[in-house]
Amino acid sequence: MSIQLSVEGLSKIYQTGEGVRDISIEVAKGELVTLLGPSGCGKTTVLRSVGGFVDPSEGIIRIGDRDVTNVVPEKRPSAMVFQSYNLWPHMTVYDNLAFSLKLKKKKKSFITERVDWALNLVHLTGSEKKYPSELSGGQQQRIALARALLLEPEVLLLDEPFSALDAKLRHELREELREIQAEQNLTMLFVTHDQEEALSISDRIVVMNRGKIEQVAQPYEIYHKPASLFVAQFIGRMNFIKGYAQPDGIRIDQLIFPNERGLIGEVAVGIRPEDVKLSEGKPSIEAKVAKIMMLGHYVEVTLHTIFGQLKMFIDKNEINTVELGRIVHVTLTRIQSFQDSNENYLERNEAYATI
Amino acid sequence: MWFIKLIGKLKFTGFVCFFIFVIFFFGPLLNLLLLAFSGEWQYPDRLPSEWSLTWWTFVLQNDAIISSIWLSFLIATIVTLISLLICIPAAYAFARIQFPLRRFFLFSFLLTNAFPKMGLYVSIAVLFYQLNLMNTFVGIVLIHLINTLMYMTWIPSAAFENVHRSQEESARDVGASPLKVFWHITLPMAKPGIIVASVFTFLSSLNEAEGTFLVGIPDYRTMPVIMYSIIADYPSTAGSVFSVILTLPTILLLVAARKFVGAESFANGFKLK
Ligand SMILES: Nc1ncnc2c1ncn2[C@@H]1O[C@H](COP(=O)(O)OP(=O)(O)OP(=O)(O)O)[C@@H](O)[C@H]1O
Ligand SMILES: [Mg+2]
Repeated sequence: MSIQLSVEGLSKIYQTGEGVRDISIEVAKGELVTLLGPSGCGKTTVLRSVGGFVDPSEGIIRIGDRDVTNVVPEKRPSAMVFQSYNLWPHMTVYDNLAFSLKLKKKKKSFITERVDWALNLVHLTGSEKKYPSELSGGQQQRIALARALLLEPEVLLLDEPFSALDAKLRHELREELREIQAEQNLTMLFVTHDQEEALSISDRIVVMNRGKIEQVAQPYEIYHKPASLFVAQFIGRMNFIKGYAQPDGIRIDQLIFPNERGLIGEVAVGIRPEDVKLSEGKPSIEAKVAKIMMLGHYVEVTLHTIFGQLKMFIDKNEINTVELGRIVHVTLTRIQSFQDSNENYLERNEAYATI
Repeated sequence: MWFIKLIGKLKFTGFVCFFIFVIFFFGPLLNLLLLAFSGEWQYPDRLPSEWSLTWWTFVLQNDAIISSIWLSFLIATIVTLISLLICIPAAYAFARIQFPLRRFFLFSFLLTNAFPKMGLYVSIAVLFYQLNLMNTFVGIVLIHLINTLMYMTWIPSAAFENVHRSQEESARDVGASPLKVFWHITLPMAKPGIIVASVFTFLSSLNEAEGTFLVGIPDYRTMPVIMYSIIADYPSTAGSVFSVILTLPTILLLVAARKFVGAESFANGFKLK
């Protein structure tokens, strides 16, 4: 597949010393790539650099085959949807949408036809005469999306476009966006700090932290093979306990796991709640059931062990196998260990129990 | 029940306040209007005992007065246009560029209105003598500008601040150059604030007397300046006729502006940050 957007060695340092460093991202044609990370990690900075609203201190940005690093926003083949205040309140929906086409001096009949097309795409046919203040928050964002689509952008940029909306609407719009993206074969760079949103709509996710990229991978891989302790902590639910790495294995209480990467000393061990299993077999961990919460099709059980709290997910049909206050035995079917090297916990060891 | 009583009470207080306001605001105006059309009116009569248009004919046939009206409107128009030219870019800069002295500059505009005007005018007059600006049209326009710069910078600046950066950036994004963004997006969005400021500027120039008197005498006599001499030299009826003429454009302009921008924007013009 051809590369539609490429960011190479992008750095942007603000006067305050904050910013992003050495960011490289490639987005293929028709791909939806998400920038994910906590607040202040530099997602918006990267996105705005691509849109032309931030002058990078270093690096090259290419859209298609063209180097656009020094091109002004109005000449870039990109379109952007902001978090809020996208629309111009003194213009009707029609005028908002038609603005770009009028600037290009298109014929009136052509403009009406295109505006119709765009409104149909975002399911808002017939709202041409309304003013933005007469639309709901979700409808406003749809119009903003329609306006961006009218530009026929080579890259569509979205900066947390749904974060100001309530959860249900956010889900709906997210799905609609994914449909439109697939239908129009759009190339998209999408910013969010909501990991669930990122996991659900992305082809690939770029996880960022403190102005740097931590991992670039498909959602499944981000979840199952986090490249660093930060990613492991940030994505999904994860138990963290201390373990000790020796040449012959990583020890957690009585359990020993293979140590293929040869970690040494104290390590942070991450265990997904679904990888904690009840077990009667021998090497196991003793735990007391402290809390049981029914969460729909699964049950979250909080356990107290000698090395701290452990959360466990079990199927709703197995709810009778645990009882509040009782001692149970559990085993860990899959763990990931992170060794502290330069405080980044980047040395990673993945291990499966050999039961 | 208690809250219904409270609301009732609040409504009542509101009504009383409104009533007092009406009396204080319209009472003198009404009195002025009656006086302007009266022939004879003696204490303690409630209404004039005789109606007449004598002083209206006097005022409207006096060449000096008629030309003063024209002069006032000419000056007010020119002052408004010049303030627009100077202040709109300045207001935009104040709203967009975060330079450290920003607050200080805005505050300094207020300061010109905090000092006793006459003191300020006299020191300006000294300067004008040296520059040969006394008794000139340019001198009057300059002295009016001192007053109007404040409205014209502060109010539009607040209006510009209400235009969000992403609204301007969206326009760039869809293909508009910075100049087109300003013309099609920023300026129309700030228009209500700019209209309000222009109305204030026009009226303030129309009603300015002290500075005009000091700088414009003897050749340039505007409406308010003439009014001083009329009040001094003729019966109060002449003064009230003239006051009505002076008040009329104010009321007309405010009504017109209200139609144009709506009361809400009027209030928004004062939402200073
Ligand atoms: N114009 C600016 N001047 C100075 N510092 C800035 C500027 N814009 C952003 N920063 C800083 O750069 C860092 C990255 O900001 P950025 O807006 O890219 O973060 P973000 O990941 O989009 O965060 P959020 O999720 O809160 O939107 C932050 O620490 C921020 O304080
Ligand atoms: Mg952001």
